[in-house]
Amino acid sequence: MNTQEDSSGANGQKRFLYVNRRAPYGTIYALAFDQDVSLAFLDDGVYQIVKGQDTEGIGMKNFSPTYRALGDFEVTKLFVERESLEERGLSSDDLLDITYEDEDDDWAEKPSIRIVSRSQMTEVMAAQDVILSF
Amino acid sequence: MKFGIVVNEGPYTHQASDSAYQFTRAALEKGHEIYRVFFYHDGVNNGTRLSVPPQDERNIQSNWTELAKQHKLDLVVCVAAAQRRGILDESEAKRAGKNADNIAPGFRISGLGQLIETGIESDRVVAFGD
Repeated sequence: MNTQEDSSGANGQKRFLYVNRRAPYGTIYALAFDQDVSLAFLDDGVYQIVKGQDTEGIGMKNFSPTYRALGDFEVTKLFVERESLEERGLSSDDLLDITYEDEDDDWAEKPSIRIVSRSQMTEVMAAQDVILSF
Repeated sequence: MKFGIVVNEGPYTHQASDSAYQFTRAALEKGHEIYRVFFYHDGVNNGTRLSVPPQDERNIQSNWTELAKQHKLDLVVCVAAAQRRGILDESEAKRAGKNADNIAPGFRISGLGQLIETGIESDRVVAFGD
């Protein structure tokens, strides 16, 4: 799998990668701003995008549905590390259904989540200009 | 080289905000440029002028203020993180109906766009704290 197929960073854009390593509800963030943006989910960060989250008991807003809006902001690359899922007994079936509409393919609905191996994740990271970890 | 600095940790917590300050100072002394220092998450607590550490201890907040004055640094505090933690300038205090503000001299409150711009304009972004 070529993880860099469409992260060309055209038009003087830089490639930004936001790395999620922590379980949700400790920190909250949101960023896009017309750059080439990808998200990475590893370690406990994979819990950020597990479906069926019920936050009532901890008195916090369930913000996981906002991940589904990322496609509208042209954030269409969510790299999830396979080993992090496996270590936690999770699989791609446990993750939110996050999609985007591909304007280059007659607005076909496509999955944003790309499961990558740990070694592929290093390639994803190596290709970035700016990496911010939350 | 042109550096952008991100500070994610509050003062007197672990070592991150001290390290960010020392790194910034060392980079400037070596003739590098600091495009901006962006304070995010608990890092916004570096921007209060109301901290009163013991006199024989370093004052992290005023260290930043002094460094900013010497080198005309742009110290930016994330507005959303600041509002949650009670770091306010005069206009934010007014808007929120609070009777005081506490932003330290040399700091300004602005949005996440300033962080992205830092990433775009700097040769390297160095983040301190997680």
